[in-house]
Amino acid sequence: MARNITYREALNEALAQEMERDESVIVMGEDNAGGAGAPGEDDAWGGVLGVTKGLYHKFPGRVLDTPISESAFIGAAIGAATAGMRPVAELMFVDFMGVCFDQIYNQAAKFRYMFGGKAVTPVVIRTMYGAGLRAAAQHSQCLYPLFTHIPGLKVVLPATPYDAKGLLTQAIRDNDPVMFFEHKALYDMSGPVPEESYALPFGEANVVREGGDVTIVTLGRMVHTSLEAAGQLAADGVQCEVVDLRTTSPLDEDTVLESVEGTGRLVVVDEAHPRCSIATDISALVARKAFGALRAPIEMVTAPHTPVPFSTALEDIYIPDAQRVVNAVKTVTGWTR
Amino acid sequence: MTDTVERKTLTREHLLDVYRTMRTIREFEERVHAEFATGEIPGFVHLYAGEEASAVGVCSNLDDRDTIASTHRGHGHCIARGVDVSEMMAEIYGRKTGSCHGKGGSMHIADLSKGMLGANGIVGGGPPLICGTALAAKLKGTGGVSVAFFGDGGSNQGTTLESMNLASVWNLPAIFVAENNGYAETTSSTWSVASDNIADRAAGFGMPGVIVDGFDFFAVHEAASEAIARAREGGGPTLIEMKFTRYFGHFEGDQQTYRAGEVEHARAELDCLKRFAGRVTETGELAQADLGAVDAEVAALIDRVVDEAKAAPLPTEADLLTDVYVRY
Repeated sequence: MARNITYREALNEALAQEMERDESVIVMGEDNAGGAGAPGEDDAWGGVLGVTKGLYHKFPGRVLDTPISESAFIGAAIGAATAGMRPVAELMFVDFMGVCFDQIYNQAAKFRYMFGGKAVTPVVIRTMYGAGLRAAAQHSQCLYPLFTHIPGLKVVLPATPYDAKGLLTQAIRDNDPVMFFEHKALYDMSGPVPEESYALPFGEANVVREGGDVTIVTLGRMVHTSLEAAGQLAADGVQCEVVDLRTTSPLDEDTVLESVEGTGRLVVVDEAHPRCSIATDISALVARKAFGALRAPIEMVTAPHTPVPFSTALEDIYIPDAQRVVNAVKTVTGWTR
Repeated sequence: MTDTVERKTLTREHLLDVYRTMRTIREFEERVHAEFATGEIPGFVHLYAGEEASAVGVCSNLDDRDTIASTHRGHGHCIARGVDVSEMMAEIYGRKTGSCHGKGGSMHIADLSKGMLGANGIVGGGPPLICGTALAAKLKGTGGVSVAFFGDGGSNQGTTLESMNLASVWNLPAIFVAENNGYAETTSSTWSVASDNIADRAAGFGMPGVIVDGFDFFAVHEAASEAIARAREGGGPTLIEMKFTRYFGHFEGDQQTYRAGEVEHARAELDCLKRFAGRVTETGELAQADLGAVDAEVAALIDRVVDEAKAAPLPTEADLLTDVYVRY
């Protein structure tokens, strides 16, 4: 039965249900219980985001606090995955990939291929991404395009509490290494989530709004920005089809192409930087495989090619908003040769 | 150098196994060295000759519960862990019959079924992984230990230092084996390692640090045996530093102009195989004829695996796209 819970609670529920179901699922990360070795509470934080709160007492010995040593504990999660565990490691901010990236892209991502198909590395690395909390340049990046670029990794970006639970459940059950991106502005978002366990398949985009005039392909937090824009545009008689990719690796090319075949127009909305991004990737896909259907040039709505600024005044214009999406849609619908 | 280690009694079979494994590594590496010079072996190859006592001294204490992670100089660790020598040679030749179906090469030979989590092209890549396999063994209660081999170069990587700290914090059954062969590529460890010994760093991570003559199988075996037994019993990690040198360059093709005569000295005076043979024949545990028989057997094995590798099929275009994911 579905009831409204937050994105954070949905993630916690997925972890708890999978830990209940499968003893090999373990959780590790900085302050994932919180208070290790300290005189006060020993489940003090449940991660800086509170996602793992309560698991420490429910699953004794299976929630591990770590030193601030991302190379060591992300690598340990990967090593444990090769040895029969299903670790879920928390990389607090994806910006911290810089101090552990080798373990992810040179080790986990390559074991299966490099070892001739003989390795299985079922690790999940949960990480927080995105701008909006005035967290500035080193705590606000998207970076999922970097991981999407790496063969051997799967990259997942849930946009809603429902998707957060279903996709995390799938990530834990999946036998490949999964990068699981949680947008920091979504943790408090509420939505209907079934109590029972369920897994959403990877590589299946979600058409979150149907419409015949313009296809908006988007992901993560930008799904909500795009839906807001689509709502405004509908009042003007422009019907947008909004496609939430859900996973960038694997990528559901068919749903994107089918939608553009129907609408003839594409706007890609992506919070990441504009170069070598999901926006450029989707644009290239459609330009190559649905060129004949296009009735206007493709538009991209992205963050600028700058670090994420701190000041409220700057960050608010850095993050793509509904107005920019509306403008882009009007550009493609108003385009004439 | 004199042998001062009081060794535990090893059975005749065990001693023969040790000698056979060390001799196999030596023959394998000497042969790869010769074959590489013909131009038939592609890519980068880093040879382990001279360091055999380390891999065999450590791994002869391990069993099916245990896991090791190796380095770019990994052939010796693979052989010591029982990885199939024929498949290894085929892998080095890039053949479909290789340990990794030709997709890994010398730097990525792995056999997880043998507890060998891979040679590794990244210096310092292995220690974090070993924390994970050790954690898995601890949580499952198997009694297994995990060993990270790394070089003097790897001892300066943050990954290694972080991993030693984590292994102590989590009290993991993990052994850190620093194979100090004197050089990180061309750079002397007397220059690049700021402490007098790599083993001195153990104190900073709350674990025992042991310095071992890496040319002395018995010294290595004894030190590893003690550390591994402690780890199995829940006593936590140990750092063991092997001091020795490698007989070849950083990679095949290295002209080694940074070196000055120590290889000749080591081969003549310190060599692990000569010392092992000297001791076991002196004590009468093995006869020269026993060792000679092993030498002949190993020489035939290496001849055979080189022939097999050269004759083996190459991977085909269809293999290019497979095994990126379990399911995608």
